[in-house]
Amino acid sequence: MSNTDFVLAVEDLTVSFDGFKAIDALNLYVNQGELRVIIGPNGAGKTTLLDLICGKTRASSGSIKFKNHEMTKLAEHKIVRSGIGRKFQTPSIYENLSVFKNLEVSFPRGRGVFGALAFKCSDDVKERVQSVATEIGLEGSLDMEAGLLSHGQKQWLEIGMLLMQDPELLMLDEPIAGMSAREREVTADLLKRICKNRSMIVIEHDMAFVAQIADKVTVMHQGKILAEGSMDKVQNDPKVIDVYLGH
Amino acid sequence: MISKLLSSLKTWIDQRGLNGFIILAILLAVVFPLAMDSFRLNLVGKYLTYGFVAIGLVMAWGYGGVLSLGQGVFFGLGGYAMAMFLKLEASDPISTKIQSTPGIPDFMDWNQITALPIWWEPFRHLPFALLAVLVVPTLLAFIISFAMFKRRVGGVYFAIITQAVALILTVLIIGQQGYTGGVNGITDLKTMLGWDTRTNSAKYILYFVTVALLLASIYGCQWIQKSKLGTLLLAMRDKEDRVRFSGYDVAMFKVFAFCLAAFLSAIGGALFTLQVGFMSASFVGIVPSIEMVIFAAVGGRMSLVGAVYGTLLVNFGKTYFSESFPDLWLFLMAALFIGVVMAFPDGLAGLWESHIKGWLARGRAALRKPKNPDAPPSQIVQPDADVMTMQEIGSPPLARSASGSPRVPSGAGMQVSGIQGQSA
Ligand SMILES: Nc1ncnc2c1ncn2[C@@H]1O[C@H](COP(=O)(O)OP(=O)(O)OP(=O)(O)O)[C@@H](O)[C@H]1O
Ligand SMILES: [Mg+2]
Repeated sequence: MSNTDFVLAVEDLTVSFDGFKAIDALNLYVNQGELRVIIGPNGAGKTTLLDLICGKTRASSGSIKFKNHEMTKLAEHKIVRSGIGRKFQTPSIYENLSVFKNLEVSFPRGRGVFGALAFKCSDDVKERVQSVATEIGLEGSLDMEAGLLSHGQKQWLEIGMLLMQDPELLMLDEPIAGMSAREREVTADLLKRICKNRSMIVIEHDMAFVAQIADKVTVMHQGKILAEGSMDKVQNDPKVIDVYLGH
Repeated sequence: MISKLLSSLKTWIDQRGLNGFIILAILLAVVFPLAMDSFRLNLVGKYLTYGFVAIGLVMAWGYGGVLSLGQGVFFGLGGYAMAMFLKLEASDPISTKIQSTPGIPDFMDWNQITALPIWWEPFRHLPFALLAVLVVPTLLAFIISFAMFKRRVGGVYFAIITQAVALILTVLIIGQQGYTGGVNGITDLKTMLGWDTRTNSAKYILYFVTVALLLASIYGCQWIQKSKLGTLLLAMRDKEDRVRFSGYDVAMFKVFAFCLAAFLSAIGGALFTLQVGFMSASFVGIVPSIEMVIFAAVGGRMSLVGAVYGTLLVNFGKTYFSESFPDLWLFLMAALFIGVVMAFPDGLAGLWESHIKGWLARGRAALRKPKNPDAPPSQIVQPDADVMTMQEIGSPPLARSASGSPRVPSGAGMQVSGIQGQSA
């Protein structure tokens, strides 16, 4: 058991589904303020890794430490409350609620049953909704039903919902999937802005996008880490080239 | 002056969406008492006690997505707690002096029980009995739902468990005849703290008490629906994982919805006992529990007011048809349920929203001469393609389609995927 300065320390993490090891003795360390990108071919286990960190899937063995606290046994909502936010691969927003409500509901106050009953949308909440909406470019659509947003806007809204919680570690699963070239650029800017005072893990396939945002890149393959380092180093790694060409 | 007051009252009502509530209140508190004889009114009063169950189901099933097929359990427990108090008051030593053990309920005496069981003792006191009406069913609901939802048992499995509980409780009540009155139930209830509940005037008063409590419950539920908790319940039905991974303990919100439904059902049960004068196992089991779901489904599981109308309609139908064609009623009921669920998933309230309201509005609009027949074209802003900002990319194609209030999933929502300002 290591006591480290890392925000996130994943050690010897393994999960198997009926004998198939989707994550296999994996180690991953993320620094304070780092923006880490995880890449890898389909089925490499990237989403599963995020599932494990946020508690959606339970590890078969190994440890996940967030700010030196063990997360593997914690209930999902407690993991979130300790400061880990996670965006899903498909945009996951409340389609029938307005954009405002989507953001308001994500505000980290009144999270218990009776807290939620007593919750008032006070001025500080409204202010926060406004500022987050401006950050994600949806300040003009606050009253709109979220289901009517474009695909890209939905992705931004979900990022905004996470920003409402101001998490110390933000994990995004393929945030630009299905976006146009312009939207991708805007999203890259957004990610660069919001990673200022937090750590981030981003899963992405688009190499141009990865090169634009990443501090450090981790390549996963068959539940293991294949390579890790700067974008240049990783791109020229023969093992990585092999895996991607072999696909 | 008065018209100004009235119009400001009207906007106050409109803002809070209280129109339906007020119409229902007038119907129940003014129209029915004026139009009906005391026999019919008492009948409505009885139906309204099922209304508590129905609005509870709107909260648990419609909003919380928790379908319970065992609400009879909570209705029954509330009713029994009330009946136990009334029975003890009716079983004073003088009026029961012909029994071999005077002073205990008659059915105990018939079952060779010679002393009041200790767990019956506290029910001599009305405050305790009232507390038991509210607490016992809610606590049982808490235990069941906490155990299930914390283990992520949900949906159909939960519904089956509630059925099992209904069955178990029925068997228990019928089997423990000496303590519960068995199949006959607890009957011959007479007075509450000396007040004879069987007289006509008492029935009137009880009717109004029922109406007042039902309206208060609806108001309270509407308040909950508008709170963050109500929003969360809707959000959970849409994307449960998103709610969970926003830091909410989803299970506890479902537990709350289920406990609330149990609590309301119990109030209905107690009022039933008071108005009808008995309580028996026939309100606890599987069939009555499913009937109660039908009330809510017919009225509309997303509408509190609708659920009350559904309850009244189905019960009037039941009374009418089961008098005329007793054998047919069950089939009719089943057909009604299937028909409603298949054709009108949002029940009467949904029909009202989608058909009648629009029809009325169109009729009204046709009567009024339109001032400018052409609706203003929706504003489409062409952003400057050179300067690319997020706001422009994100500018909503349908700026006027805003609807702030949460809407029932209808599948009719337009999909807009075009992004403006993309000419480059
Ligand atoms: N709950 C589960 N049960 C069984 N197998 C699973 C489960 N979750 C994931 N897997 C398997 O684990 C492997 C890794 O899946 P994962 O979704 O993590 O891949 P990924 O790297 O995110 O791929 P993609 O790029 O397609 O999103 C896949 O082979 C998948 O079939
Ligand atoms: Mg994935």
